[in-house]
Amino acid sequence: MTAQTGRIAVRPRGRGVGRRVAEGFLYPLGLPFLLLVVWGMASTASENRFFPGPLTIFEAFGDTWVGPAFVDDVLPSLYRLALGITASIVIGIAAGTLIGLFQWLRELLEPLLEFFRAIPPPVLIPVVMLLLGITDTMKVVVIVSGAVWPILLNTIDGVRATDSVMSETADSFRITWWERLWFLVLPAASPRIMAGVRQGLSVALILMVISEMFASSAGLGYRIAYFQRNYLIAEMWSGILLLGLVGVLLAATFGVVERRVLRWYHGIREVNRA
Amino acid sequence: MHVLSVRRPRSLRKPLLGAVGLVGFLVVWQLVPTLGLVNSQYLPYVTDVLVRLSEEFGDLAFWRRLGFTMTSWAIGLSVATFAAVVLGTVVGLVPFLRRATHTMVEFLRPIPSVALIPLAVLLFGIQMQAALVIIIYASFWQVFVQVIYGVADVDAVARDTARSFGLTRRERLAYLVLPTALPYLMTGVRLAAAVALILAVTSEMVIGNPGLGRMIELSRSAGDAVGLYALVVVTGLLGLLVNLVFRFVERRSLSWHQSVRGEEVR
Amino acid sequence: MPDRSMLLRVEHLRKVYGSATGDVEAIGDVSFTMDAGELVCIVGPSGCGKTTLLKCLAGLLRPTSGIVEMDGVPVTGPSPAMAVVFQEYGRSLYPWLTVRGNVELPLRHKRLSREAREKLVTDALDAVGLGHAARSHPWQLSGGMQQRVAIARAVAYQPEVLIMDEPFAAVDAQTRADLEDLVRELHTARGISIVFVTHDIDESVYLGERVLVLSKSPTWVQEDLAIDLPPERDQITTRALLRFTELRTHVYDQIQRAKRGETAAAR
Repeated sequence: MTAQTGRIAVRPRGRGVGRRVAEGFLYPLGLPFLLLVVWGMASTASENRFFPGPLTIFEAFGDTWVGPAFVDDVLPSLYRLALGITASIVIGIAAGTLIGLFQWLRELLEPLLEFFRAIPPPVLIPVVMLLLGITDTMKVVVIVSGAVWPILLNTIDGVRATDSVMSETADSFRITWWERLWFLVLPAASPRIMAGVRQGLSVALILMVISEMFASSAGLGYRIAYFQRNYLIAEMWSGILLLGLVGVLLAATFGVVERRVLRWYHGIREVNRA
Repeated sequence: MHVLSVRRPRSLRKPLLGAVGLVGFLVVWQLVPTLGLVNSQYLPYVTDVLVRLSEEFGDLAFWRRLGFTMTSWAIGLSVATFAAVVLGTVVGLVPFLRRATHTMVEFLRPIPSVALIPLAVLLFGIQMQAALVIIIYASFWQVFVQVIYGVADVDAVARDTARSFGLTRRERLAYLVLPTALPYLMTGVRLAAAVALILAVTSEMVIGNPGLGRMIELSRSAGDAVGLYALVVVTGLLGLLVNLVFRFVERRSLSWHQSVRGEEVR
Repeated sequence: MPDRSMLLRVEHLRKVYGSATGDVEAIGDVSFTMDAGELVCIVGPSGCGKTTLLKCLAGLLRPTSGIVEMDGVPVTGPSPAMAVVFQEYGRSLYPWLTVRGNVELPLRHKRLSREAREKLVTDALDAVGLGHAARSHPWQLSGGMQQRVAIARAVAYQPEVLIMDEPFAAVDAQTRADLEDLVRELHTARGISIVFVTHDIDESVYLGERVLVLSKSPTWVQEDLAIDLPPERDQITTRALLRFTELRTHVYDQIQRAKRGETAAAR
């Protein structure tokens, strides 16, 4: 790798630019483009109506989602998702910190938490429906009931694993309880917490979709299932595409936040690797 | 807090406290409908649920449904693991492929697998194959990503050493890449096993292919709260079992391996 | 010499760790006193309970029996009159805080005006020669610089006594010499009292005004040796003095005896 970059520096300019374009565009976009082309050709050639070409899907995407459907179906879904994720993070970190700090509490709750984590989250949808009826609150509660566990358990682990020397340092300087929590315990646990949040996000998205497929007359999940039942194939595909975009957007947002929050953590890892 | 106190033997305290927590939870569960805080139609008595649970355990039909769920789980997990190991190794070893597929992977991975349920139903109807599509898609990424990490983690010095001693490609794969990647693979398989179970049950609930998930949906629509809660407990126990078994396997595979990684963000 | 009053008194300190396989007596019976403004080095064979002793002094560990007194007041927990510099600088500094944030952290709960706090921090960082690195993160600095940050944090805390636990065991020889001179300078220029624990005999003689040689575990004080070297010390000339060589040979002998478990200290 180093030998390569060295060579580029010596080479005439034009070649270097060409190479940079190749690395900047061809690598990330080449394969997706290629696949789209192959898909397009295959769908024109074949008679299978379940796989419309990418152009048809894009067209359906514009027709379906741009306009009132965005306000009626997409925004409420995203709103519930955001609400559920926020609540999961707040509850997960708060409860996780509390449980992580007190050993007796941890030992008291450990088997229970292990069990709740092991329940496949969508199974809780009928239960929450039974308890709360088919409401918006129910959908948010469903998201929280699944997404909170990875955050909670990772926070417990992170809080528990506070480094002994760091703790002793805090003790020796008589750091107060709140300072200790804010400047030592939570930052030290933050890599684990963020790992938990990452898992929680994907669970939350799944639950958003499923809860709407199950019990709703609006929302992204409902729409996609509706299209399928009515054999609106291109529209269904456009829904899958939209859900994919939501997933990618969620992951990208998380990536940005994570890099900010864990700047020190990635910095250390880089230093160690060098 | 900072003063080292003499502690009583922890060995007994921990399971005892855990049991207290469990019993406490069951008591609270029993009390909530008894005191009328929630109607027992919506939150049935824990005693009723436990009775139903024991009835189910004696019912052959229950075991058959459990068998369906675990069959699609096992097939899905195996296919996903196999595909992920093969593809992950190839992509991980060839830098060109790794860079070329990066965006594709970053786009496909966050797509919630359940978004594919309508497609799977269109293709396969109410059958196990439809569920398999979802299970395989979801668990594939867990393993695939770990395998790529694992293959890329091969120590540079060890790799150069192997080269300088003229090890063939196959030997390098067997003695260098595989042992390095194995702990990663095991982590991936553990995560995939949990995800596969979630989607096995979920797809049964939504698609309606036979299994525990469909039974849950049927109990719900029939208003059989006791049966519903009993089945939720069953899936929880199943998940617990899967977690414990795979965590054990993972720990075993880590223990003989030299480069044990710390618990880090993944 | 300034008029010195007694700062630290340790009497019949004993520490026993209870464990599953039986009790381990780490410290047998340690007694000594230290005056304000002194620099006392504590040396001993490896595994002699130096760190345990230090943690008892700093109030991080409760002794099984015996007294630790600071200014005549028994030490029962970490005291605002003491600041500790740990050996593992990498784990003692918080990587998510900047250098400045690390130095400032212990001052937050001291009732100081913002200006006073800022001034203390800046002053301490300048004292260790790191005024320019205030906005860096600890992990961006070399090991020696990280340990300077830890020292600055302790200095800014304005303790009556600085307790240092093998602070330079993990840095290279060149850096180590620089850091030793920094400690001497903090001691002579600012008059800070220092307890310096080390396993390095040369270091103890070079730095200390007194050297306490510990026996092997269970520990007692094998010898309390006054270091009669001139207060102005220098890595080259001081270490070349005949007296320096004599003293280090003496301490070396004592440690060898301690390892063999002999009590008698023949001068």
